Amino acid sequence: MLELTTTRHNPMIDPSLHVWSWEIPLYLFIGGLVAGMMIISGYFLFSKRYKEIDCVCYSLPLISLIVLSIGMFSLFLDLEHKLFVWRLYTTLKISSPMSWGAWILILVYPVIIANFLMNPLKFIEVKFPQITKLTTFIHQRPRLIQNIGIVNMILGGMLGIYTGVLLSAMGSRPLWNSSILSILFLVSGLSGAAAFVHMIAQNVKERELLAKADNSFLILELFVIMLLLVGLLTTSKVHIAAARLLLDGPFAAQFWVFVIFLGIIVPLIIQLLAVNHKIKHTPVAPVMVIIGGLILRFIIVYAGQFSKYLNVL
Amino acid sequence: MARFAMAIDTKKCVGCMDCVVACKNENSVPEGYNRDWIVTITEGKYPDVHLEIQSQRCNHCDNTPCVECCPTGASHVNDVGAVVLVDHDKCIGCKACLAACPYSARFINPEGYADKCTFCIHRVEKGEMPACVNVCPTHCMHFGDLDDPNSEINKLLASRKFHQLLPEAGTNPRIFYLT
Repeated sequence: MLELTTTRHNPMIDPSLHVWSWEIPLYLFIGGLVAGMMIISGYFLFSKRYKEIDCVCYSLPLISLIVLSIGMFSLFLDLEHKLFVWRLYTTLKISSPMSWGAWILILVYPVIIANFLMNPLKFIEVKFPQITKLTTFIHQRPRLIQNIGIVNMILGGMLGIYTGVLLSAMGSRPLWNSSILSILFLVSGLSGAAAFVHMIAQNVKERELLAKADNSFLILELFVIMLLLVGLLTTSKVHIAAARLLLDGPFAAQFWVFVIFLGIIVPLIIQLLAVNHKIKHTPVAPVMVIIGGLILRFIIVYAGQFSKYLNVL
Repeated sequence: MARFAMAIDTKKCVGCMDCVVACKNENSVPEGYNRDWIVTITEGKYPDVHLEIQSQRCNHCDNTPCVECCPTGASHVNDVGAVVLVDHDKCIGCKACLAACPYSARFINPEGYADKCTFCIHRVEKGEMPACVNVCPTHCMHFGDLDDPNSEINKLLASRKFHQLLPEAGTNPRIFYLT
């Protein structure tokens, strides 16, 4: 071995931390989106809207299952020691958000599947007649359906919050080290999911309702982002430096243009006009909201890794 | 229970990097990676200039964010000397510990697990000093038990001024820089 350098130059660490690439922000985005879809679907079950045949609560579970599986595969791709992934499920470590996140995901699947069983795909019903019996069993019990809705909302909330806690628990990265980050990711997930449902809903009432809800989520998201930044700006020197990464630093252009302007303000204006019947509902605003949510995760993950305590390290 | 720690005399350290080379040889650290490294800090303007050379590594903190965030228990505090270690067979390479360490003292070994300074626990358990301490030509590095009031390290910390790295991170690091 011929190695001349004896100062630190470790891959993924220097000159600044870059251990997490596209896989983690994508996973966090998907986690938030699925959390939002679970809460929306759960709310429709709880509020008995499932009685309408074209209710979106019949199509959301399958979409959630597919999208969440993509997210988990993305998480798997990020692991450096992939063959040992099963170790996640031989431990439950309370102090590790990643550990309880792994267990939340295990709980999330059966809850979404319970919702999915209310309207399984035709080929499943043909191949597995027992499933049809389960579907009938569920449909005969309105209280059970409401309970499935409640559990979907609770676990959806836990999933959405956990995606933020995963980062905010890291005291070493000043940008992430704010408990409001979990609320931001939950609200952003809800807004993305509401936008998605707004886009795919067949039922006109649902589409109107979700467009209005999305407007509220977008306003709330703006408020939470402001709280996050104010919180950082009123703390220590390193936290101020972290906030400035977004405000006027290397991530400012992407943050202001793609997250704030194109991801929140413009779609909010479009959707406000749509719900007031000034213009027609189109997929433009929802797509902007969803892409804005994805870019928000990328910026937070990348800028957070960039933020640190001291430059001399 | 012992609590191993290290005191590094910055008045004696000349930044020769023998500690870095010794660590690489002793622990077969892969090419391109370092478990310890040298940082030279220059502060002030001439003629009021201060220079400090620090041999840095994992701080084997008392409050260990890397151990807390590990989802599988691979990162753990050893029974002997409260040294922070990684169990290679439990590590899934999620990199949470790398992000959680305010000192960026960890890296991913090309074999896929999180890697870092072990205080050469395999040597210490045999009654030897860590490789870096052993080779230091200026004898600026001192290794010992913080819980033993008669240890050399405790005497040094009682008689000399010292500082730790990033005490504001709340980790209570156990590498002390004597000034």
